[in-house]
Amino acid sequence: MATQHSRAAARLMMAPAVILLLGWMLVPLILTLYFSFKRYLPLRGDSLGKGLDWVGFQNYARFVTSSSFWPSIQVTLIIVGGVLVVTVLLGTLLAVLLDQPMWGTGIVRILVISPFFVMPTVSGLVWKNMFMDSTNGLFAHLWRAFGAAPVDWVSQQSLFSIILIVSWEWLPFATLILLTAIQSLDSEQLEAAEMDGAPALKRFWFIVIPHLSRAITIVILIQTIFLLSIFAEIYVTTAGAFGTKTLTYLIFQRVLESQNVGLGSAGGVYAIILANIVAIFLMRIVGKNLDA
Amino acid sequence: MGRITLDKVTKKFGEVEVIPPLDLTIEDGEFVVFVGPSGCGKSTLLRLIAGLEDVSSGHIQIDGRDATEVPPAKRGLAMVFQSYALYPHMSVRKNIAFPLRMAGLSKDEQDKRVSGAAEVLNLTAYLDRRPGQLSGGQRQRVAIGRAIVREPAAFLFDEPLSNLDAALRVGMRLEISELHKRLETTMIYVTHDQVEAMTMADKIVVLRAGNIEQVGSPLELYQSPRNTFVAGFIGSPRMNLIEGAEAAKHDATTIGIRPEHIAISPTEGTWQGKVGVSEHLGSDTFFHVTGTGLADAITVRAGGEVSLRYGDTIYLTPEEGKLHRFDAKGLRI
Repeated sequence: MATQHSRAAARLMMAPAVILLLGWMLVPLILTLYFSFKRYLPLRGDSLGKGLDWVGFQNYARFVTSSSFWPSIQVTLIIVGGVLVVTVLLGTLLAVLLDQPMWGTGIVRILVISPFFVMPTVSGLVWKNMFMDSTNGLFAHLWRAFGAAPVDWVSQQSLFSIILIVSWEWLPFATLILLTAIQSLDSEQLEAAEMDGAPALKRFWFIVIPHLSRAITIVILIQTIFLLSIFAEIYVTTAGAFGTKTLTYLIFQRVLESQNVGLGSAGGVYAIILANIVAIFLMRIVGKNLDA
Repeated sequence: MGRITLDKVTKKFGEVEVIPPLDLTIEDGEFVVFVGPSGCGKSTLLRLIAGLEDVSSGHIQIDGRDATEVPPAKRGLAMVFQSYALYPHMSVRKNIAFPLRMAGLSKDEQDKRVSGAAEVLNLTAYLDRRPGQLSGGQRQRVAIGRAIVREPAAFLFDEPLSNLDAALRVGMRLEISELHKRLETTMIYVTHDQVEAMTMADKIVVLRAGNIEQVGSPLELYQSPRNTFVAGFIGSPRMNLIEGAEAAKHDATTIGIRPEHIAISPTEGTWQGKVGVSEHLGSDTFFHVTGTGLADAITVRAGGEVSLRYGDTIYLTPEEGKLHRFDAKGLRI
């Protein structure tokens, strides 16, 4: 009886949060779906008050047949993939280093985590102006010091620059998760492997990496979901120029620069589908890992 | 071949000396048990032999070869850890084959040795399982299997049975003893449980604070403990240690008598006391006798069925010639 009562009470008490979250998610989702089937060009006088014309799947067809669509998908995948590779590799390396006993561990760890606290807009601007600027940036000075011609990173190496900025922001997250995973490794396992004749590199490969595999999948899963929607870093550096237009950025341009709400909403629905495909795919990998 | 010699070995962690200079020889094929209370340095000593810790000074010889600076993998020793330290992401087969794979043996040779070890340890049916799917005793056997396949000069066991339940511990104790009889390889076994030490060892090394208190066969330690520490540590229940006037009667500072060497009687005897708590084990009954004026409580063993109750008067008579006498320094006289 007691458990039934408390279960009912728990449901009642959770209800406001669940309803709020559902509303938060469902209202924009339904509105996006609604707009995606409508012709809605605010600058041409369309408005909700006057009623919108039903256009069927026309917006969907126009969005994918646009010449910007496939390049944007490609750019999205390159950025997400690039950032994942950089953060997981460097994150593992940093985690191993931070796990070593050293002087000032506490301060070093806080320093490593700090990029995570910088807002994306700010870090994008700092990188663009302080490091990557072709006349005053630190990189430009460094290049000149070696007698090389400074690179205008944002325009000449645009994709690389964005991957660099976003990786810098997400490296702390990966490092932190991987560090806690490394710390949970039973030291007797490493000693057993040492006795079994495995030198340091083989111990890392056969014992540490398998131990980290679950943490790595979780890092990949969480980062992918957030990286698919990066926006500020692109907005403040290239503003979508120089081949850095991701799907998110394309949707933004369709809605706010072209003022075509219907077309942008159709793009939004594609983005939802893409994110879900990735999520399902990754959930299965994580599920498999959790079984082991 | 596995003769291990420690020559003035010391170990310091920072300023703390865990092992003061220590000499010890372990003969080939011996089953040696390091026993002592927790924190006595027995595990550190084992890890020094394994090479997982570096000695601060002194030398370790294995088979007459100086192994002090040799890395653990090259010492030809295999270790079974307290937590088993199995690799959770590998099947039992891969766990056992891991040292062979690291040694670069051919696939056929690996399979042959793994199935050989699996047969010896009754693991054949579990070869494709993961460690997580095995019971405690099976995991223990996998850990032993991983040690066997390397055909080491000596096995090192670090409290291997402390994570098992009591019944399983007795079983594994027998299995390890049998394994030793069959392989005739040197085994060094660390435990804090003197019952394990007594039942398994050819030679027991009793340690306290990094010092060797006594080395000898289980019976030697039982019959003639070198000092009060060994006397109190070896044997279950503990030996009764009596100081004061009664000891002085025997020209000693401390006298010791084991619970099994005291005769009891409800009517007459050397010492008089009252029955305190009694522990009935079926085959034996242990009485804690209080009010004797000798020590807080004297433990005595009686047969299985004794009709003495709490508070009854009891007379105790120590068996002639079974009394241990110790001097002011606690050393045996």
